[in-house]
Amino acid sequence: MSVTREQLLDMYRMMSLIRRVEELAAKAYTQRKIIGFCHLYIGMEAVAVGASTALRPDDVVVAAYREHGQILARGVDPKHVFAELFGKDTGTTRGVGGSMHMASREHHFWGGYGIVGGHIPLAAGAAFAAKYRGDDSVALVYFGDGAAQQGVFYEAMELAQLWKLPCIFLCENNYYAMGTSLERQSFLQDMSRRGDGVGMERWQFEAFDAVEVYDNISKAAEHCRSGKGPVIVEGITYRYRGHSMSDPAKYRADGELEEKKQRDGILLAADRLKKEHGVTDDELEAIKADVDKQAQEAYDWAVAQADADPALLYDFTYASEAH
Amino acid sequence: MAKLQLREALRRAMVEEMRRDERVFLMGEEVAYYDGAYKVSQGMLAEFGDKRIIDTPIAENGFTGIAIGAAMAGLRPIVEMMTWNFSLVAYDQIINSAAKIVQMTAGQYQVPIVIRGANGAAEGLGSQHSQALESIYAHFPGLKVISTATPADAYGLLKSAIRDPNPVIFMESELAYGTKGEVPDEEYLIPIGKADLKRDGTDVTLVTWNKQVYNCLTAADELAKHGISAQVLDLRTIRPLDEQALFDAINKTHRMVVVQEGFPFAGVASEIVTRVQETCFDALDAPILRVTNRDINQPYAPHLEKMVLPSVERIVDAARTVCGR
Repeated sequence: MSVTREQLLDMYRMMSLIRRVEELAAKAYTQRKIIGFCHLYIGMEAVAVGASTALRPDDVVVAAYREHGQILARGVDPKHVFAELFGKDTGTTRGVGGSMHMASREHHFWGGYGIVGGHIPLAAGAAFAAKYRGDDSVALVYFGDGAAQQGVFYEAMELAQLWKLPCIFLCENNYYAMGTSLERQSFLQDMSRRGDGVGMERWQFEAFDAVEVYDNISKAAEHCRSGKGPVIVEGITYRYRGHSMSDPAKYRADGELEEKKQRDGILLAADRLKKEHGVTDDELEAIKADVDKQAQEAYDWAVAQADADPALLYDFTYASEAH
Repeated sequence: MAKLQLREALRRAMVEEMRRDERVFLMGEEVAYYDGAYKVSQGMLAEFGDKRIIDTPIAENGFTGIAIGAAMAGLRPIVEMMTWNFSLVAYDQIINSAAKIVQMTAGQYQVPIVIRGANGAAEGLGSQHSQALESIYAHFPGLKVISTATPADAYGLLKSAIRDPNPVIFMESELAYGTKGEVPDEEYLIPIGKADLKRDGTDVTLVTWNKQVYNCLTAADELAKHGISAQVLDLRTIRPLDEQALFDAINKTHRMVVVQEGFPFAGVASEIVTRVQETCFDALDAPILRVTNRDINQPYAPHLEKMVLPSVERIVDAARTVCGR
């Protein structure tokens, strides 16, 4: 076993928390407590939780706009995630970022970015800085199968490989680039093969089971940390909801969603906990109940917070003093 | 006081800042082993090595994005764009990442990067290599934009830009890289956002920046022959704009011509005219005129090229028009 009983319990808890937070976010969106774009991570929890468990606290993580689950998996309190979604001063980014732009310097979570693929070179830049300074941290960037078509993604891979930067390119292939299915948007279906053109170490894996994700990202991180340069890994996953809250996802084949739900990451972790660690259904139910309570309390806390402060309207355009 | 070429003044600023701060490095196409496409970085590889003077592949969006990430991580990159025309390939990273990261992270992350290179027309480079792009960068909050072609200003402003915690667009001039000017021997910094009166006068203010400063100084000599006392205000920084210097100028001369290389539509000159008339309408004795590129893409043939760009003759004509003589 690659992860301990305690780690797997924590992973089960975190996946459950992410799902509950996202369900509450979906409800809040329909009540217009959340506006704008809101991309939910439901169905993909195993990826962020497995990956985050495999990283060190000082490793840098860069994400796109489906990042609620990814920032939670990094350890940010759901209170601040909800507060951001509600446009509150105590949000992760003071209510100026919103669903797509959450960041936490304390957690080395560089943020959510909204231009598809545009965030990928930032992670290579973090890896560049790590190598420049001679520390052994790595950078991990999440991106989707859609972003794997962008030119800047290829450029970032090429430069990372040329300069042997410790960067993990983690493609979360959820089978849809917005509403366009993989076979309709990409000649090759194995997105990790994007690495072949630059001679980069690459592989594909099934990312429904958080333990599998943990093992694969651990291997990737070890590769980077040992000075061998970057890797591109592709985790096959699936999102249960549409691209964003405004998408009913009618482009799916009949029965596709139900079939994918057979391999739900939370169910798979529960199975492992029961079979491999003797955890009981009652214990798992207790965790679920605790998570539901934590999410609801975070939600209620956030609703009661002060709105984003108009006095700060101009304060975030320029940095006045260097960090 | 030494007479330095513009390229030497820029190099001196970078070398001093790199000696002073280990976090500063230079990245770009041909900056290292080629010694710089325009020899701005000549000799820097020999002093600093290829860890800090870094040749890149021709992938502007990628290496600019990586430099932005390195800046977020606390390094101080200088990115050389061989010319600003090529920066349009990296426009997404500069606008959607660099300009917005302080805001998107509510101040948790900063992007202390300088992106610098040649801007504006040289001679006979045709449509894609002749653009002056201040206007499309100054449009965006989150960026600072400097555009200068005089050695003393370039030295002091580049040092300030490298130390600034924000992304700074630093525009130079291919034609002026070899132009010499006096640069004080002792170290100094010039604050970003301060205009400089390059020549004093009483009848009309010529507002300009970068290499059009040289044309305006020549035009002022010419205007003197017509009995017109013209002053030349060199903005040096486009964003933040030194509004007070503009207001002081119009309150003194009551007449103004803005000389901008680059296309006229929604250009920096338009912004200046707007701000001056919004605030100082009563001080105006004549409409403010603009001298800019003609509103067409740059042709190759020398006589056609000259017709498109601002010229001493066009500046003199505009100044005489606003002065009514």
